[in-house]
Amino acid sequence: MTRLARIVLPALFALLPLTAAADAVPTDMDPASAARAVKLAEKLRCLVCQNQTILDSNAELAVDLRRQIREQIAAGRTDDEISTYMVNRYGDFVLYQPPVKATTLLLWGGPALLFFAGFFVLIRNLRRRPGAEASLTAEEHEEASRLLAGDNRKPDQ
Amino acid sequence: MIPEIGNFALILALLLALVLGTLPIIGAARRIPAWIGLARPVSQGLFLFVVTAWGCLAYSFIVSDFSVLNVATNSNSQLPVYYRFAATWGSHEGSMMLWVFMLAIWTLAVSLKSRHLPDEMVARVLGVMGLVSFGFLLFLLLTSNPFDRLFPVPADGRDLNPLLQDPGMVAHPPMLYMGYVGFSVAFAFAIAALMGGRLDATWARWSRPWTTLAWSFLSIGIMIGSWWAYYTLGWGGWWFWDPVENASFMPWLVGTALLHSLAVTEKRGAFKNWTVLLAICAFSLSLIGTFLVRSGVLTSVHAFATDPRRGVFILGFLIVVIGGSLALYAVRAPKVGLGSRFDLMSRETMLLANNVLLLAATGSVLLGTLYPLFLDALNLGKISVGPPYFDAVFVPLMTPLVFLMGIGPLARWKQTTLPDLWHLLRWAFAISVVMALVVPFAAGEWKPLVSFGLLLAFWVVAATVVSIRERMRSVRSGFFAQIARQPRSYWGMVLAHLGIAVFVVGVTMVKGYETERDVKMSIGDTVSVGGYTFRFDGISQQRGPNYQAIRGAFTVTRKGAYVENLYPEKRQYNAGGMPMTNAAIDSGLLGDLYVSMGEPVDGGAWVIRVYSKPFITWLWGGFLMMAFGGFLALSDRRYRVGAQRDVALPRGSAAAR
Amino acid sequence: MNKKLMIPLVLFLVLTGFLFAGLWRDPREVPSPLIGKPAPQFALAQLANPAATLGTADMKGQVWLLNVWASWCVSCREEHPLLVELAKAKLVPIIGLDYKDEARAGKQWLTQNGDPYTTSVMDRDGRVGIDFGVYGVPETFVIDKAGTIRYKQIGPITPEALEKKILPLVRELQKS
Repeated sequence: MTRLARIVLPALFALLPLTAAADAVPTDMDPASAARAVKLAEKLRCLVCQNQTILDSNAELAVDLRRQIREQIAAGRTDDEISTYMVNRYGDFVLYQPPVKATTLLLWGGPALLFFAGFFVLIRNLRRRPGAEASLTAEEHEEASRLLAGDNRKPDQ
Repeated sequence: MIPEIGNFALILALLLALVLGTLPIIGAARRIPAWIGLARPVSQGLFLFVVTAWGCLAYSFIVSDFSVLNVATNSNSQLPVYYRFAATWGSHEGSMMLWVFMLAIWTLAVSLKSRHLPDEMVARVLGVMGLVSFGFLLFLLLTSNPFDRLFPVPADGRDLNPLLQDPGMVAHPPMLYMGYVGFSVAFAFAIAALMGGRLDATWARWSRPWTTLAWSFLSIGIMIGSWWAYYTLGWGGWWFWDPVENASFMPWLVGTALLHSLAVTEKRGAFKNWTVLLAICAFSLSLIGTFLVRSGVLTSVHAFATDPRRGVFILGFLIVVIGGSLALYAVRAPKVGLGSRFDLMSRETMLLANNVLLLAATGSVLLGTLYPLFLDALNLGKISVGPPYFDAVFVPLMTPLVFLMGIGPLARWKQTTLPDLWHLLRWAFAISVVMALVVPFAAGEWKPLVSFGLLLAFWVVAATVVSIRERMRSVRSGFFAQIARQPRSYWGMVLAHLGIAVFVVGVTMVKGYETERDVKMSIGDTVSVGGYTFRFDGISQQRGPNYQAIRGAFTVTRKGAYVENLYPEKRQYNAGGMPMTNAAIDSGLLGDLYVSMGEPVDGGAWVIRVYSKPFITWLWGGFLMMAFGGFLALSDRRYRVGAQRDVALPRGSAAAR
Repeated sequence: MNKKLMIPLVLFLVLTGFLFAGLWRDPREVPSPLIGKPAPQFALAQLANPAATLGTADMKGQVWLLNVWASWCVSCREEHPLLVELAKAKLVPIIGLDYKDEARAGKQWLTQNGDPYTTSVMDRDGRVGIDFGVYGVPETFVIDKAGTIRYKQIGPITPEALEKKILPLVRELQKS
């Protein structure tokens, strides 16, 4: 029972402002900037890792780049400036969200294209359907039982 | 000696697979009963040899026979016995062996559970599975033999990758492969039907339980994988859209579409062409997934062996199997009938829309996964496609799908009308809107996205309740009698759909309300997250069976009252490698508390990550519900009755012998 | 035969074409966006003589190689003999960037393995490395007289890369 109470409450209070008691030192910065640093680091790829963000990785380069992000936030740079800083050094590869440009148009437009093409084909096919066989035809029932019976004669279709 | 037996068994299995992949299929085409009759016994023989080979490999791991290269590279004498066993599939060779083993299990299952099918059909189905087995066995023997010897014999093994030394490793790969490979059955049925020119309602009826079973296993496999990543990688993520995750997710999406499409083909005889294509696609994506993982064409957290020779082999095999199937499809599919008539507004159309959305989602995942490869191959630069992209494209595609999920079960076959649906669902809609608007306040802060996510979840639940009520109205008896009156496949669907709702709640709440703090803590410091206070009590040295660990001790309190202790660890395995982070997690129905240790910093302080993840367990709970929905549907009387009735038909066995 | 039914097959074959092409590429090799751009400015303490600095500005007017190395770097050993050979030939000055390393360890390493560098500078905290977009050590940059980066070798220099790419490029740049 206590366990239940214990788990109900955190969810409800999860978003209340965090108390600032004799707190641990947040790594160098105020909560708003720290949140920004997390958001940025979460979108950048760690180049030396297999497939991890620099937020998640403990590789040295990731640690260094996290430090860069914090320093640049402290220096008053905007998120875009920091992203550009990274791209200038490591290329678009560092961005987990690829920039929209000529070469990525298909990537970004693809899902919408699939969606509309899918529904276009669907609706056209449904409209065009000629008067197909009547619903659950007797033949079909018959054929089903014939097949189930293992009859080898192939009905002409 | 044992490895040689294993190797020999593999060779014999290869020969049997070749027999299985040729004679019964030719026999079915030329009507040679003796060859048709080979299918079952050869399948069973194939299973016997594959299980022998696999057993030999497992045995070599358990007894730590380091004269086997595979064992020496992926195991260690200090490794606990259950991880030595799991190390059987810890390497590239071992996981391909597991693949073949799973395929043999499915082949055996089909050979045993197909008594009610025409022998000719069984011959083709088992033959197709035999061909797939043949390809993979050849791959094992030529490029990835798990029994290769090593001389001189090392004193000890190099150890299993520490990331894999986890209970998740014991359960995740077998479950995942069981599902992955299980789609081979639906695939084989589809190819057999194309070969025989008999693509009809009965074909759909036979494929359906196998698809459901494979899909359920795949759901569990994906769920365990996600959960494993969550607690083992130390950063609290549960899905990263990593190529390997996508490789298992794409067959799942197509498998989900296939399940729904099979329902229509079975019940209404409609869109057979489409269903058979889906059956081919589901397994093809499993194969492509295997290629992506095994060839190293994509960087991923899972990147194992990367050897272009292996890649070329699998690619060649893909071209034969998938290319061959699609060519067969192009040639044979037009002969198939059109199916029965239905209106533009009908359950059929809704299920088709479901298919379009699921396929668009699959296509998007495939596009995102392979796009970096496309650009690179065209020399247009290197990019990364990660979670921000997938989140951005996936949610808009899933939203109408979840919305349709509420309506679909209430729509009638053949014809339905909007006013009818609106009449049935208006209260469900109103209630879910109101709840979605109000509930986020109770969680502390109203956020539009949370409200939106909850709307979808409540909508599914409310519409499902309406569907149940509608169903029961027709039966006049007590409540429990009414429940029992509905077929289990119906309850399976209800459970799976509610599973989606539970999953959506989990995603919404975690994304909306998770809190994370990345702090530098000295001993005695406290940090508060989600209303809980964590005190860093100190660190101690621990010795595991094959690792040394630094264990942090944390006391969690809530408003001054003691809650519990949490002990995250940093492990250094004796056999070397990167230190591992083992997070300490207090898991609960309404959320998790998660502590993981980062790096030590000056003055005895540590970088500590503390998370509060509300409702995260619902993610996995939702997937489990879906899987159990599948199992429940499988236990439906209809399938069993169907089987009995088929047996009862006297001509069945006689005619085919 | 219905042509529409060929679509899945055609799509699949296109896909395999890409997959085949992908097999022969290294997904982890990321081309540097710095190629064709001015080399980032730096002035770092020299490894042998920490009181003196050396930087991009000092190399202006000559073609030079910047080789990123470290004593902790395992694959640096692989390319090192080649660098020593190259230094003997005195074709081009090689500046070493001792990346995230201890001075003592770095010096000891050079004593053991030979010192091919005209000068080595210390990048203790790896900031210059970041400016150069270094992500895997060793890396080697070819920088022209104007201070523009012309080529980047990621990972150890292979004899093939040296003969076919680096040296011809250096010669060409020296002529102009």
